[in-house]
Amino acid sequence: MTTETRIDYYPTHEQQGIKFRRGHVLPFGATMVAGGVNFSIYSAAATDCTLVLFERGEEQPFAEIAFPDEFRVGNVYSMIVFDLDYERLEYGYRMDGPYNPGAGHWFDKSKILSDPYAKVIGGRNTWMAPPNWDNVYPYRSRLAFEDFDWEHDHPLETPIEDLIVYEMHVRGFTQHPSSGLKNRGTFSALRAKIPYLKELGVNCVELLPIYEFDEWEGNRTSPVTGEPLVNYWGYSTVNFFSPKAGYASTGKLGMQVDELKTLIKELHANGIEVLLDVVFNHTAEGDHRGNTISFRGIDNKTYYMLTPEGYYFNFSGTGNTLNCNHPVVRNMVLDCLRYWAAEYHIDGFRFDLAAILGRAQDGSPLSNPPLLESLAYDPILAKCKLIAEAWDAGGLYQVGSFPNYDRWAEWNGRFRDDARQFLKGDEGKVGLMKERVMGSPDLYSMRGPTASVNFITCHDGFTLYDLVAYNEKHNYANGEDNNDGGNDNDSWNCGWEGETDDEGINFLRRKQVKNALVMLMVSQGVPMLLMGDEVGRTQHGNNNTYCQDNELNWLNWDDQHTNADLFQFAKHLLRFRRDHPVLRSPVHFQHRDYVGSGYPDISFHGTQAWHGDHDASSRAFAFMLCGDHAKQGIVKDSMVYVAMNMYWDALSFELPGLPETKQWHVFANTALASPDDIHAPGAEQWLENQHDFLVGPRSVVILVGK
Amino acid sequence: MSLHIKAQVKKVAFITLEGEVDSLSAREFQKEIERLAVEGPDELVLLVEKLEFISSAGLRVLIFAKQKMGTHLAVYIVKAPESVVETLEKTGLHHSFNIVDHYV
Repeated sequence: MTTETRIDYYPTHEQQGIKFRRGHVLPFGATMVAGGVNFSIYSAAATDCTLVLFERGEEQPFAEIAFPDEFRVGNVYSMIVFDLDYERLEYGYRMDGPYNPGAGHWFDKSKILSDPYAKVIGGRNTWMAPPNWDNVYPYRSRLAFEDFDWEHDHPLETPIEDLIVYEMHVRGFTQHPSSGLKNRGTFSALRAKIPYLKELGVNCVELLPIYEFDEWEGNRTSPVTGEPLVNYWGYSTVNFFSPKAGYASTGKLGMQVDELKTLIKELHANGIEVLLDVVFNHTAEGDHRGNTISFRGIDNKTYYMLTPEGYYFNFSGTGNTLNCNHPVVRNMVLDCLRYWAAEYHIDGFRFDLAAILGRAQDGSPLSNPPLLESLAYDPILAKCKLIAEAWDAGGLYQVGSFPNYDRWAEWNGRFRDDARQFLKGDEGKVGLMKERVMGSPDLYSMRGPTASVNFITCHDGFTLYDLVAYNEKHNYANGEDNNDGGNDNDSWNCGWEGETDDEGINFLRRKQVKNALVMLMVSQGVPMLLMGDEVGRTQHGNNNTYCQDNELNWLNWDDQHTNADLFQFAKHLLRFRRDHPVLRSPVHFQHRDYVGSGYPDISFHGTQAWHGDHDASSRAFAFMLCGDHAKQGIVKDSMVYVAMNMYWDALSFELPGLPETKQWHVFANTALASPDDIHAPGAEQWLENQHDFLVGPRSVVILVGK
Repeated sequence: MSLHIKAQVKKVAFITLEGEVDSLSAREFQKEIERLAVEGPDELVLLVEKLEFISSAGLRVLIFAKQKMGTHLAVYIVKAPESVVETLEKTGLHHSFNIVDHYV
């Protein structure tokens, strides 16, 4: 029997020439079925629901069909509508019900609402194309084909400790004219630059939000340049299932799904995983003054955390808080992630302000949050990386204590803070830095180093270059009188605020950048590099560039040549990490020899071998990793010795002795100018003096025993 | 011993596309593909010099053609305008087809 003859695919109703029938309650959203489209939407408090159908781009709908009461099952309205043009269709809903914000209800039948489960949103199809502000329905739900030709592709499932993550912004990566590309700022342009990622040596990209958002949201003008200030980062979701059309060069043709999948497929073909930065803590609807786009009008009380008076809790710092531990919202989050994992082959997710996901509906922190538990044990997400930004804007800070089910990793904010303080020469940081290079066993004793995503910089805050060029933030261009952005930057300008011609200061800054890169790449755990830090990208001291769609955020491809020394250093260093499994242990060190090599898996040293300098004023230490213990002794590696001297004078480090068959070779020495600062992995320079090494002031040395 | 000769002629299907392939015209395109598939061609040649636009649904017919006629099928897209080539590239389909200036 073919689908055409099935009794459940015959229309039973007709209105305005549109044929329809009772639908399937699951799945939610709009699904193509034989001869038509199945629409299904949930609302607990609505009294009535109407499906609104548009021809693509038309101002007014061509049909509105109220759901007959018999089409509702429980709180779900469903309907199959026949003979619709999948590609040209735009749809939305009107929801009727009480308007009583004090009781949490915001129903308004005059508004046409996006489907929370829409797979494509039309309306912001080209980045910063001026929208029609009078549009009766600005963010339009559309259908997506799900028949992409993936061939043999599947998520790469790289062990997390083997990843080198590159945190990047799709638009910022190629929008600068120096990228030399035709479709700058798009998925397709990113694809064209995959060879650069390969050359740098990263094997994972973490994309800042690519869910549909509205760059026009909060549109203001820069007091410095007069340019528009926009929602550039995109941490303000309009729809969780739809890729950002404005990031696709084919967005105006509605082919963003294909373009993004093509990018992912090609990244995978090059051995590069794709993590998405996902924002489930709030939406673009803001607080009680914000726009009604979808959730607020469909079922405000379900989707948002509300105070007893009906106001929005603001744990996200952006106006509202998604009610993630409401069972219906929880399922939506789960459905969403499953969709991205299965349909887009996404390798993992980084959850923005994830501490919110562990809050109860009244805002209190839960000890066993059902959403986090569901995600940890989900069969479809089972091989996906789950990474939490383990804090929120409501004061909940859970680095080291995030409910993890032996599954979740965390952005290790302590790594960032301790590495920065150690880097600038603060006292009393040696002990903490030792913990960080070991993968933070003080924070993750039971979970292993794989729980620790190490970073020194990320999109939020200074770039690495600015970290060593500015003591204070310089955010006037953001139009908030320099009041926005963090003040706890732990930065040091090396003697002058901002740009300078002073050669000594500039040499020190480059050295500090290299020192930081080494700290990141020789530490156990998962290193994350911010886009452009490998070439000294600057935001001129702005530490909160969320609204800057300009050169403050765009990667300048000329930097690869201007700062060729930094790029060369980063490239060799990343290669070194990938060549040396001893740097990528899946478990914590035991501080003993469990393979019979004669050396413990890790040993700490000071200016004297085998003796640490425990004085609080110490700013230097060294450690040695025994290659025979690499990956718990499963693979053989060289000995690796790293000396970090953040003291302002040179210090002589006595080197630990090697077995007779091995000799120390220098891989990196940041005290030296390029090209002597680093060697190609495998071409390390034999060391004439095998007993001592003079480590320069504020310098780091990496030796290989082979 | 008697002589056995097996002679075979390559079967080539030609389709000319002009104007726009959107979701409605894609259905016509697909019907034509289905009709030709019955013949079991070895090669499918699409003459697209005057094709102005191909939508997502149109691209899907191309994939459908390969699936329907078998992966051995060689598909040639001849004289494609730049905009069409770009669409094929951005959506990753250029790997699956031979985009050529002339079909010989």
